[in-house]
Amino acid sequence: MPDTLAIKRISATPSALIPLESLRSGGPVYSKLVDISKCIGCKGCEVACKEWNDLKVEQTANFGSMQSHKDLSSNTWLLMRFNEVEVGDDLQWLIKKDACLHCEEPGCLFACPAPGAIVQYQNGIVDFNQDQCIGCQNCVSGCPFDIPRFDKSTKTVAKCNMCIDRVEVGLEPACVKTCPTNAIQWGIKEDMLALAEKKVETMKRRGYEHAALYNPGGVGGTHMMYVVPHGDRLEDYSLPAHPVASPAPLHGLSVLRRVGSYLLGFGVVSALAHFLAVGPESPEDEAWEPKP
Amino acid sequence: MAISRRTFLKASVAGGVVVSALGFDLKPAYAAVRQLKIRNAREYKTVCPYCAVGCGTIAYVHGSGGLNTTKTIIHVEGDPDNPINGGTLCPKGASQMGLAISPRLRKSPMYRGAGASEWREVDWDFAMDWFARKFKASRDATFVEQDSQGRTVNRCNGIAWVGSATVANEDAYLITKTMRAMGLTYIDHQARI
Repeated sequence: MPDTLAIKRISATPSALIPLESLRSGGPVYSKLVDISKCIGCKGCEVACKEWNDLKVEQTANFGSMQSHKDLSSNTWLLMRFNEVEVGDDLQWLIKKDACLHCEEPGCLFACPAPGAIVQYQNGIVDFNQDQCIGCQNCVSGCPFDIPRFDKSTKTVAKCNMCIDRVEVGLEPACVKTCPTNAIQWGIKEDMLALAEKKVETMKRRGYEHAALYNPGGVGGTHMMYVVPHGDRLEDYSLPAHPVASPAPLHGLSVLRRVGSYLLGFGVVSALAHFLAVGPESPEDEAWEPKP
Repeated sequence: MAISRRTFLKASVAGGVVVSALGFDLKPAYAAVRQLKIRNAREYKTVCPYCAVGCGTIAYVHGSGGLNTTKTIIHVEGDPDNPINGGTLCPKGASQMGLAISPRLRKSPMYRGAGASEWREVDWDFAMDWFARKFKASRDATFVEQDSQGRTVNRCNGIAWVGSATVANEDAYLITKTMRAMGLTYIDHQARI
């Protein structure tokens, strides 16, 4: 297994059970940086995503918006949401690139009860493995960003995998590569944070006093970060202001496993002690008599 | 058959040994990352056919090109080495593979006659004949030999020709030459509209 796929966490699996060789640290930690002020809404990223991941085409209909699909689906992992919002006297498009944010503390992974169905890699990517998915949809309710979508035909859940097959060999994700206005950038997370800082400064100088970086701490930071010109209106971008994910279920499971193994050991030891102290049970000891 | 406690225990132990020997593994299964789909494809550098920007693209092709094979495009993406687009593509360019392999691509002209409600497929001979007839009729009807001040102009005002961004230099040259010969003055190009 190459270093680019070193594992960080596996769903429903205490870290003690993950073999050491796959937990090697090191290798770059990546992040996307989406500068919403640069997005022209061309939806090239949507097309590139569908094309690279061989996702099925879905019939769309005009519903009074420039948005292509109404919602994400198991076959639409990336959707540009065209939020029409009045800012001051202006009607503006507060566009959001709606796709998995690849949290550092992924709520989906913590909620998942199927071992191996969700894997978080050291490089920041959170990937779903449909072969191990049991279709319980706990990840859907566990995600603070409402990203995973259930596929009724395959009974599994799917979402953006940050083109992990490309990242593994050193390529950028398809949406990043195709973006004609550099609105989506790709690099190691430190570089992206520095770039975001510069972008926010520039925006503030140009009069967007609430410009901000969206990299929420409630989920430990994300590996798709946004620079938003109107940082005081996150809800209008359909970005949750305070998303939270807790690793408690995974820790709970780990504790439960330990308690379970202690109980099992205790049972075996007591049985042995009983055998040594009292000896094997003989039929004569038995008080009951079978009914005729 | 009655099973004594001793036999049951023996069978359990034997069963356990067999199961572990067969490699029953409690290690979690890892996510299987899809292999890079272009890993064995041949790369052909080419140019996006759609608009006048002329973005550089790479077509990924399967098939050795041997005598008994046909090649097929499996993926197209921007060419990062191209100074025009640096690997980026617009949504139309990003889906350009469809122009080559889409099953919905029309391969013959479609014709809907006057009063008809349905389109039907026609062959090229029919289409060229029809086109030539209509072209001549329009040209004859609207040809201007002299303008209002008596100057010879020999132009055809009734027809405009819209070229295409997908034509190559040579095609564009031929289109311009032919249409000028016919007397057309309204000659334009899709990418300017």
